[in-house]
Amino acid sequence: MKILTLLGLFSACFSAHSINIENSAGQFFSSGHTNNWAVLVCTSRFWFNYRHVANTLSVYRSVKRLGIPDSHIVLMLADDMACNHRNPKPATVFSHKNMELNVYGDDVEVDYRGYEVTVENFLRVLTGRLPPSTPRSKRLLSDDRSNILIYLTGHGGNGFLKFQDSEEISNVELADAFEQMWQKRRYNELLFIIDTCQGASMYERFYSPNIMALASSQVGEDSLSHQPDLAIGVHLMDRYTFYLLEFLEDIHPASKTNMNDLFKVCPKSQCVSTPGHRTDLFLRDPGSVLITDFFGSVRKVELTMEAINLTDPIKQVEENPVNGEGQKEVYSYTDQLPVSEIIHQKPKQKDWHPPDGFILGLWTLILLVFFKTYGIKHLKHIF
Amino acid sequence: MGLLSDPNRRRALISMLTRLNAPICVVCYLAGVAWFMGLAFEPFTLRTYMSENAMGSTMVEERFPAGERALATGREFAAHKNKVGGMPVDWLVKTMQDRGLEVFTQSFSRTLPFPDENKERYIVKGTNVYGILRAPRAPRTEALVLSAPCSPGDNNQAVGLLLGLAQYFRNQIYWAKDIIFLVNEHDLIGMQAWLEGYHHTNTTGMSWSPLQGRGGSIQAALTLELSSDVITSLDLVLEGLNGQLPNLDLANLFYAFCQKIGVLCTIQGKLQRNDWDSVSGYSHAVQTMMLMVMKQASGRPWGDHGLFLRYHIEAATVKGINSFRQYKTDVTTIGRLLEGMYRKLNNLLERLHQSYFFYLMPSLSHFVSIGYYMPAFGLLAVILLLRALDLWVQLATPPSRTEDGIADIDQSSPGVLSVLTPLVISHLTGVALYTLPIHFQETAVEHFPVSETEAVVLTAIAIYTAGLALPHNTHRLLSGEGTEQGWRVLKLVAVLYLAVLLGCTALINFSLGFILALTMVPLAAFVTPHVPKVLSAFILVILSPACTLLFSVFFFQELQEMPVSFQDGWLLYLSVISQGILDHSLYGSLVYPLIALLVYPCWLLFWNILFWK
Repeated sequence: MKILTLLGLFSACFSAHSINIENSAGQFFSSGHTNNWAVLVCTSRFWFNYRHVANTLSVYRSVKRLGIPDSHIVLMLADDMACNHRNPKPATVFSHKNMELNVYGDDVEVDYRGYEVTVENFLRVLTGRLPPSTPRSKRLLSDDRSNILIYLTGHGGNGFLKFQDSEEISNVELADAFEQMWQKRRYNELLFIIDTCQGASMYERFYSPNIMALASSQVGEDSLSHQPDLAIGVHLMDRYTFYLLEFLEDIHPASKTNMNDLFKVCPKSQCVSTPGHRTDLFLRDPGSVLITDFFGSVRKVELTMEAINLTDPIKQVEENPVNGEGQKEVYSYTDQLPVSEIIHQKPKQKDWHPPDGFILGLWTLILLVFFKTYGIKHLKHIF
Repeated sequence: MGLLSDPNRRRALISMLTRLNAPICVVCYLAGVAWFMGLAFEPFTLRTYMSENAMGSTMVEERFPAGERALATGREFAAHKNKVGGMPVDWLVKTMQDRGLEVFTQSFSRTLPFPDENKERYIVKGTNVYGILRAPRAPRTEALVLSAPCSPGDNNQAVGLLLGLAQYFRNQIYWAKDIIFLVNEHDLIGMQAWLEGYHHTNTTGMSWSPLQGRGGSIQAALTLELSSDVITSLDLVLEGLNGQLPNLDLANLFYAFCQKIGVLCTIQGKLQRNDWDSVSGYSHAVQTMMLMVMKQASGRPWGDHGLFLRYHIEAATVKGINSFRQYKTDVTTIGRLLEGMYRKLNNLLERLHQSYFFYLMPSLSHFVSIGYYMPAFGLLAVILLLRALDLWVQLATPPSRTEDGIADIDQSSPGVLSVLTPLVISHLTGVALYTLPIHFQETAVEHFPVSETEAVVLTAIAIYTAGLALPHNTHRLLSGEGTEQGWRVLKLVAVLYLAVLLGCTALINFSLGFILALTMVPLAAFVTPHVPKVLSAFILVILSPACTLLFSVFFFQELQEMPVSFQDGWLLYLSVISQGILDHSLYGSLVYPLIALLVYPCWLLFWNILFWK
């Protein structure tokens, strides 16, 4: 009898434990993302834009250090600073003066280099519309469970970013590209960081869900460069990315720092410009988003000795309530043909013409003046 | 009805034009002169700033260490120069090769049209030596030039510094352009030979041996003139051939580095002052600007750099000046300044083009761009146009009285033929002034006890003065002698001709155009056959180009604070004329042909008008 109760107790515990495993398996599989990608773009060329390449390479370095492998990073550098003839230290790109930190390193893998960095290539990478011959290293092979970090730097203005001194990408194009990504289920969540002058204008037009954006300066402000290195003769980094790099150097794969700390990077006293961010399209609370959700590639590993049956569909278990509203359907198609808008909108304004009566009166006036000056006898020439 | 088509309004406008013509002309002239003088007033100028993005700020680290060694090299160069009695070609070749440059030489020779008494040369033979520092990793498509002229007796320290910099630059790996270190003999003649050889042109009839080594298209050049071991200030010389100036960014670069390193820098040899609102400060700025205007108007290159500008290579001369000041700068600092400038020029991706090409500098930190100084000339040119309109009106209205049949007939006949004769004769005189002095120097030397140079100059002055006698002779050839319409037509043509001439000159060389306009526009405006003859003849001669040149010589000496007596001034004037003729045949300076072939005939036309009856 005792053995029976013991056995019963054991089986009860066992079944409870297995139910727990089922639950935690449900919890395990319903977390947000499963893989991380990064698209890091430097859009300017020429030696005096050294700092943009250093910016991108320092973010690349952090991202790699925190775990995203090269196969998941698309690095686009518009010019080669390390091997530029003017570089007094060839094969290096420094981010701190006195050559403290060489962000070029010896295992940099540049996917798009030089003149390959164009607006068309950038948009094709984002939307996945690449020719079949494109190698895997140049593709963004993300899926609907990927968290993507997109970092852009270069020279920009109100509503545009300059590529290569010859073309521009506008904020509308970028927003549409992100919408295409959303409709093709190419991302789970997207973090967009931009370090240019008037960078906040680039994220004004986003309208796809699950995008969080940061910029180094507001509209009407310039992003400033940090410090020059006198031996190399150029500015090494931009301020925002410099302080971003310092912030990221403190992050390790297990750290629990969240996005609110990232928003505090480089306040106006250090950056001179006012960094901005946008979180209204993002469904989770920024305080609950870890830095490593985007910058690192943290694998969730749970060790168990049990066997789990995955025959039933896993119930979606929410981790914490979102805004107290309850989880609404995250995925939805945008309205392709907004019929209601078409039915109820006003007729499209044609080009303005002066009212008809005015033109008639004008011609009458002209004819009257004509006849007054030249006499009524000319009437017969007209009729 | 419109403004110009309504006969009443038209008549009113025309009568206002004829009534107020003289007052408006006077007002315009005074306004033009006042505008020009106001250019030097500091609130009307702009501060200089770097326009080229690639050059950025002065953030390079200059580390040139070897000033003393450069001076020792300079002394060695001086010793070898004395030993050889000219340019020590072999020693230079060996020294440059020791420093790791690719060394080449070029020999050239030129016989001047007549001996040059200033520099005491007639048949010039020489050798240029240049070494190319190849960029370690870059393709050989672009180059920078650092040159120092080899003059007998001085400029040794410059050559020493050039060789020291060559050695230092050779050890650096960040050069993206080839650097050519050039030591040219016979300063401007050698430089002209080298440039012609480099660019495969032959515009001045010099014979030179072709260059064996080249370095790509030259982006910028600096010439060094340094004759003392220590200096107190560095002077920047910008004016080049035909009044061309380098891009303002080169001057900005020099000034920025002067400020960074802390060397005293001047332009026109004048220090900068801060008290622009005081009278002496303003007059100082005016003096500096007038010096630049004078130098630009002369059309001669004021440093070896002046010949580079014609090939669209931005170039300037840096002169070291040792005056009686307490604070001395040593050669290492100058080397650092040049190193910094060359590192910044190294960063250039394309030729300097972002900043102004036409400007005036009342001081090294302020400039006046073409948009600000052109209205001064425009106001003077407006006078000519007003006068032309006035004459047109007078020609169009029929004469109020007809004295005799001759006036009637002449009114109906076209005045072209009567205008053509003075025009042709004046221009023939101009051609004579241009060609005869050099051609007839042997005849003149045979008959008069003068040297060739004096012969040329005095022949030129003689032809110029002989032109004054022309009106008495040409009237015999004229059909319509002394008609009222005749001189009006001639004056109309002459005024328009002068306006076009001065306008074109001012576009290319504003200083020359403005100075000519200052003297020629008043005489063009007021001269008629009816003004008192003797007084007007005197004024016309005073305002003629030759006398303008004479006054400019005295004025220039005053500005440089080295006033001369009348005899010395006259000798200086003669030498200026001979230098002008020589510059034209040696380097292609256009001032002498302009004055002889175009401005002088124009002035002769006005002289003809004065003596129309």
